[in-house]
This record gives sequence, C-alpha cells and structure tokens, in this order.
Amino acid sequence: MEFVMNEKHRLFDKMLKEFVEKEVKPIAKDVDEEERFPEETVRKMAEYGLMGIPFSEETGGSGGDMVSYMLAVMRLSQACATTGVVLSAHTSLCAWPISEYGTDAQKQKYLKPLLKGEYLGAFGLTEPDAGTDASMQKTIAVDKGDYYEISGSKFFITNAGYADIYVITALTDPEAKTRGISTFILEKDMEGFTIGKKEMKMGIRGSSTCELIMDKVKVPKTNLLGRLNKGFSVAMKTLDGGRIGIAAQAVGIAKGAIDEAYDYVKERKQFGKAIASFQNTQFTLADLETNTEAALLLTVQAALLKDQGKPFAKQAAMAKLHAAQNAMNVTTRALQLFGGYGFTREYDIERMMRDAKITEIYEGTNEAQKMVISGHMRKERG
Amino acid sequence: MKYTDGKDIFVFIEQRDNSIQPVSIELIGEAKRIAKTRNTPLQVTAVLIGDDTDDLAKEVLDYGANKVVVVDQSHLKNYDTLNYTNVLEQIIKTYHPEIFLFGGTVIGRDLAPRLSARVFTGLTADATHLAFDEDDLDSNLLYVTRPAFGGNLLATILCSDHKPQMSTIRPGVFDKPEKTDNPQGKVIAFNEHFSNDNRVEIIEKVERKVDMVAIENANIIVSAGRGVKHCLPLIKSLASIMGGEVGSSRALIDEGLIDKPHQVGQTGKNVKPSIYIACGISGAIQHTAGMEKSNRIIAINTDEQAPIFNVSDLGIIADAKAVLTHLESRLTK
Amino acid sequence: MNIIVLVKQVPDTTEMNIDKETGTLIRKGVPTIVNPDDLAGVEAALNLKESHGGKVTVLSMGPPQTASMLKELYARGVDECFLISDRAFAGSDTWATSKILSTAINMLDYDLVIAGRQAIDGDTAQVGPQVAEFLNIPQISYIESIDDYKDNTLFVSKAYETYSVKMKCKLPCLITTLSGLNTPRYMHAKHIFNMDAKEISMLTNEDLKLEKSVIGLKGSPTKVFKTSVKDVQKDTVKLRLSPEEAAQKILDTLQKEDGGQA
Repeated sequence: MEFVMNEKHRLFDKMLKEFVEKEVKPIAKDVDEEERFPEETVRKMAEYGLMGIPFSEETGGSGGDMVSYMLAVMRLSQACATTGVVLSAHTSLCAWPISEYGTDAQKQKYLKPLLKGEYLGAFGLTEPDAGTDASMQKTIAVDKGDYYEISGSKFFITNAGYADIYVITALTDPEAKTRGISTFILEKDMEGFTIGKKEMKMGIRGSSTCELIMDKVKVPKTNLLGRLNKGFSVAMKTLDGGRIGIAAQAVGIAKGAIDEAYDYVKERKQFGKAIASFQNTQFTLADLETNTEAALLLTVQAALLKDQGKPFAKQAAMAKLHAAQNAMNVTTRALQLFGGYGFTREYDIERMMRDAKITEIYEGTNEAQKMVISGHMRKERG
Repeated sequence: MKYTDGKDIFVFIEQRDNSIQPVSIELIGEAKRIAKTRNTPLQVTAVLIGDDTDDLAKEVLDYGANKVVVVDQSHLKNYDTLNYTNVLEQIIKTYHPEIFLFGGTVIGRDLAPRLSARVFTGLTADATHLAFDEDDLDSNLLYVTRPAFGGNLLATILCSDHKPQMSTIRPGVFDKPEKTDNPQGKVIAFNEHFSNDNRVEIIEKVERKVDMVAIENANIIVSAGRGVKHCLPLIKSLASIMGGEVGSSRALIDEGLIDKPHQVGQTGKNVKPSIYIACGISGAIQHTAGMEKSNRIIAINTDEQAPIFNVSDLGIIADAKAVLTHLESRLTK
Repeated sequence: MNIIVLVKQVPDTTEMNIDKETGTLIRKGVPTIVNPDDLAGVEAALNLKESHGGKVTVLSMGPPQTASMLKELYARGVDECFLISDRAFAGSDTWATSKILSTAINMLDYDLVIAGRQAIDGDTAQVGPQVAEFLNIPQISYIESIDDYKDNTLFVSKAYETYSVKMKCKLPCLITTLSGLNTPRYMHAKHIFNMDAKEISMLTNEDLKLEKSVIGLKGSPTKVFKTSVKDVQKDTVKLRLSPEEAAQKILDTLQKEDGGQA
C-alpha cells in the first residue's frame, strides 16, 4: 500500500509497529487464554491518541484519516485481533455515528471524551431475532413526553460491559418497520440499563461480547441520535464504515499468520532441510501473501474513497468479504505448514485461525456482504 | 595544543577512595613497553591527583613509572570533572607531554574528553592497541587502534598535529606489570595552588542494589538468543548445573526476558570465559563483539548460515532446545 | 526550563553484519535509529518539561536524511528541531563535532543541555563532555536517574561501574544520559497528524561562521589512518548432529576444557 502512504502514514505505521511490539504482542496469548479484556492496552491507546484517529482535532480527535485508522486496526490485529476489534467497534460503530449525526451538544458531551479515550464506545443493533435481517427489531422506545422509555435487549454486543457509551437502535414507530427505527445514545449508568450474559467464544476471546438489557430505561430526548425514524439508515451507514475496520482486522490477522508461518518454516527442519526450502512451502506462502495483498488493497480503496468523500459502501463490503474469507484461508493454510505443532496451543497460529472466523460473521456475514454487493450491482446496471 | 618539544608518555593514575584503579597500573606497563621501542626511549610519567597520596605515589613507582607528578590538595580527594581538568590543563602546559593515556573508566571517559577540548587536542576513545611506527624509530607518532561498530571493524587513529596525543584505554586489555624490586622513579610535587570549583556537588555514594551479576568473571557462560526464548528456564538450569552464568543477546534484553547485567556484546559486557555456549544466537556483530575472545565457543543454531558459526570453535546445527534438554539430563544423571 | 537535547541518527548496529567476501561492513539495508542513549535524553527532557514547564529543543548534526529522525522526535513531543548540516562539516571528529554543536547551542537559549552518553556506532562518549567544555558549563555524565529539580538546581544519580553517586548542580549544566534512564514514550498520533505545522530549522556554516581550521576533516585533531576488519573467521567444526550426539560432543568439549570437572 506504499503508493497511498504519505509521510504521516509512514510515521504512524512506525509508531504502531513499535506500540504493538511492546504493548500488544507480549500479552496477546494471555488475553486469549484468560479471556481477558485488554483494559491496560486500551488505556495506553488512549494515552497515545489511538481512540480518535480519523476525527479532526477540533472535535477532540487526533486529526488522522481513514487510511491511518485502517492501518491501526490492521497492525493491532496482526498481533491481537481482540485489541483490533475493540478499536474498530469503538471508532467505527460508536464514535463515527455521533460525529456524523450528533448535535453539537451530543458531540461535546459524548464524542469528545470518546475520541480522547476517556470513554469507550459500543454499538447495539443485533437482537436475538434480528441478525442479518436487522428489520426484525423488537427493542422499543416509547415517547413519554420529555423522554423516551426504551425496553428490549441487544445481542452479541462488542465492548459491552467495558463501554461507557452505547449507540443503540430502537423502534419509535413499530408499524413502520425499518422506517420506524431511531438511534439513541445510552450511558452505561442509566437506570434500567444492565449488561446481561457474557458469551463464551471461539475466538477474539479477550473482547467482551455481552447482551444488553434495557428495562424501561429513561433516555432524555436530547439523546436521540439523528432524526426520528431515520435510525435504520444511520445504522446501515455506520455498518458501511465499520466494514472497513473489520476488513482491516481480517487483513491484520492474515498478515500475522503469514509472519508466524514465515518464521516457523525457516527454523523447522524435515528431511534434513528447513521446510522453507521446499517449493510447496514457498508456493503456499506466495499464494497467501498475494491474496492478503489483494485484501489489503480492497480495504485501502474503501478507506481512501471514504477519505475522499466518495461512495464506498460497495467497496467496503467487497473489502470485508474478501479480507474475511482470506483471513480464514490464510490462517488455515498457514497452520497446515506448522503440522502438528500448529494444532497445539504452544504456537499463536491456532489462535489466529480461531480469531479469523468471526470476521466472516460479524458486522454482516459473508452472505450479507454479497447481498450488499449484488444490491449495488443491480443499482449500477438497472 | 601545538608544541614540538613533547616528551614522555603521561599516564593518569586514577584513585578512588585512595585506592589505585587496576587499569592505571596496566597503563604504566603498556606505556613502558611502547616507550622502549624508540631510538630515544621515552620516559613514563604518572600523574596522581588526590589528598594524602604518599603511599599511592610509592605504589606507582613500584610498578616502574619513571616519575610521578603529584598534586595533593584536600579538595582534590575525590574525582571532580572541573577541578581535575583544571589541574591536568596546568600539567600539560607545564610539562608538554607527548602522549597522555587514561583508563577507559567512567572517570577516564568523563575527564579525558573535557581535557582534550580544553587543550585543543585529539582524543581516541577506548583503545585496545598502541604502537609506534616500526619503520621510523625516531617518530613518536602513536598509532592507536580501537574497535568500532561493535568490535569487528578496527580503526587506527592518529593525532599528528596536536599535542598531547590523548587516548583512553579499555580496562583489562593490557597485562598488569610486575612490581620492580628496585624502583628508580622519583616523586615530583606539583605545588601550584588550585581553587575549588564546586559547581557540581557530591551528595552521597550509593552502593547499587541491583543484582550484581558478574558474568565477566564466569568460567562458563551459557548464553541465550532469540532462538531459545521459549526455554529460558532450561538455559538457567544448565548454567547453574555447570557452575556458570547466563548470558544473553540484546534481543532478549530488549524484550525484557533477561536482565541487562546478563547482556553480552557491544552494548553489554565483554566476556572471555573458558567456555561460551551460544544457544539460538544468530551472531550479529553486536553480540560477537563481546564474546569472540572466549577460549572455546560452542554455538548451537538451526540456521547453518548463522554468522555465530564464524566465531565458534564447535558449531552444532540443531535445535538448541533439544540439545540442551539432553545435555541437562546427561549432566544431572 | 529551556532544554537542548543533542541527538544522533545511527545505524542499528545490532542489525549489521560482515560481508565475508569483501571483509567490509554491510551497511546497505541497515535501518537507522535514534541513538538509544540520546532517546533517553529526549525522554528525560520531555519529563522535565512536563513537571517544570519549559521547552525542549533538539539539535542534531548529520546529512539531510537526518530530517526523518527529527520528524520522529517531533512526533514524540519535542517543541523544536534544528538540523546542522553542511558538507564543510563532513569528516569532523568528536572535537570538531563538539565545536560545531556548541557554537549552535550558543545561538539558542538554554538552561540545561542533555546529550546521550555515547553513540552506538562510535562508542566514544566524548561529545557530551567536550560540548560542556566549549560552553564553559559543568557536566555530569553517565546519568542513571534524575531525582529532583528545585531552586534552579538539578539532582541526579551518576552511574559508576559498581556504585552510584548522587550529585547536584545549579543550571546551566550538561548531563549525559544512559539508555536505562527511562522508557521512551511512543510517538503520539496527534503529533504525527499535525506534522505539517512542524518545521525543521536548518543550520549551515553560513549560520555558524566557523573557521575551516576547526571543522570537518581539516579541523579534526584526530584522523583515521586506516580501518580493517578483524578476521574472526575460525576453523569452525560445523556439524549437523542429533540432540544425543550434540550433547555428547558438548560434554567432550567441557571435559577437555575443564579438566574433567563437568
């Protein structure tokens, strides 16, 4: 991606590599094994301006762009996919919609501390019966005059429990289905708002994934995010951007797996030679490298389009679809190069393979991406 | 400075708590060795600064110095950069030394550069070899050789137009001379009065609390590199079974896996044990600079091309962990 | 407190190797880094600024490419960077380098000058003390901790070989720092993205106006007579052995060296 990198990107990438090497990589194994949310890392990320990368300094951000943000999620995920998704959910799914649709007061109250990393953000759209079909929402917000009363539950919410601010969707006009959904900003301490069961997951085990339970939560009217009944569009636009983050995460996982495999095959000897000297090894790695580069380029394209203010939803879906499939393929084949050792938990490669799987599922499954892409194709071709 | 009547090889005698540092004695020996190689042999003059130094002056002469210039004043008891520089400046201006040698200690490396700037002359740091021109026995031009880039590049440095020719010398490189039974040298008291410059004040001396690992003195060193970072307990156990110490390449120090006092190499320690076992160390110059003088070097590495094999006596191409596991069980049997 | 930090860009000597064919150092592809002792100096300066206010200025001498390192230092939070670069300075030894640096420092306001103890490419440890002498200010080298600053006085610990000495000195003074002094901070995202606002001020000999007799190769009292690559090639016995055989071989060697102790 050198061709899109300016001097600042290069410096930022150097900073990220140093940060990841010293702060993220050494604890990645523990974070996974102990299913531990990397709180101390997140605090350090805040200290170094990583929690508000693609936002202007005036809004409290660090003044970077989407390409920089993408780099950050990728480099973090290269060592620890858990840390990568904490940043992605915080930035793309919580901070971004507030920066895009929030009032000045909302930005002052919520966005600024989010971007400074004083608050951690989360996003709640998915419900037990509303996964890929997000229109089947049941969470309801009742207009009580000077506040909304929100009841219902959200499922599989990343950063839940550790986040301070939650952007969630709820029905404000149940009859109107997707045209009756609105978006709200919830604070973790609001009365009636509790964190439910924590999921025990296969991968990204350090990331906190929980249910959100809302029992008649009183939400001030000033916490309506965007216009009334336009929340479905807010959520879809938010997911468009989020896909860049997850694509970057998937590219990072793939890169990390290639790094691990490359180091391993140089050391591992069979038949009296390093297995790196076998053509099967070399060709496998060449394949993985090429496909990962393609995934990276799709992701860079989406990030760059967003930076340029051009439509990017289709490209983001394509990036996420390809990067996720690639991450799964790369980690599986890289693990194969390790043979039996790869299957043991002594090496990081099995964790990477487990982590890769979620990128094919969350923020729109592979199938959901194909729906988005084909939808765009229909629009383009009539 | 520039003068043409330079004479004698001057050696700075470093005393701490009225005890002469070994490197100063080593320098007397080396100065005497090279002084003899000239058609007109040079004299070796020691310079001793301190308070109540009579015994020290005698000791210096016992090791064969031709003269010892003594500056004995109460405020000079402990080393102080500014005060000692003032004294040495006057000594240089008075005696016009041809050559001035300092031990490459914390004090020598603090004092010599300041002095060289004061008297406008060149200083070569951390030399390991001194020689005069073998073809011109009348020349007093000193060829000072020092390791650079961590030891594999040797640079020979000259200071031909400025006097004195100054150098700090790495401790432990030259042998300590024998005491002479019949010291001939004389003590010269340098009586100029120096006022006390007390801009820098000593508050207190503190013994270091950190675990003092003296790998420099170890007979056997089992040293760990990146290739064995996952089996450091094994390395430690082996070192202890063999009665040796654990060494390390910089990589593991940087990763915080092993403490700094164990580091061997350019930015760590120079060691020369009788046996050095390099486990999973690739052998960058950084590392080999500090261990290549070991008596016997055994290297274990999976990479046949690893540069560590270039400096080792016995190179074993194998997985270090497996080898060491076997070695451990053989030794504990 | 106005703090000036002297910083050198150096090749990462841990990554260097010897070309066995030509017997020279392979410099190509060797990454450059901020000299570790100097980076500790920068961190110390930033910490002092954060607790006592002031400004951190970095001064570096080197080829124009050194600018990339200075940008990194901006990203770590320093306030201003000067790059001293002139062909006339090429070949300067430590004496001439110190002359040049001290002349530049004298053009700026300072209370404290910080230099790294030594550079990993030269290992001389001379520039700090020599600069202090040219500035006519006291020096404390080998600083392992900065303990306090009050009443315009700096309290530090100096590392000797086996002990430390606590010292104090009124400013202005110069200290040289050891890399173990602190853990340098990372670059900060905000500083990186705000890089356009930062400029590196260039200083040439037109600014410093130094006589040719004290700079560059000509002004350097020491000259490199020759360099040679030490022949470290040994008659290595290189063997591919099973762990059992290897362990036996090592035991044999141990016995030979240790008179059978092992």
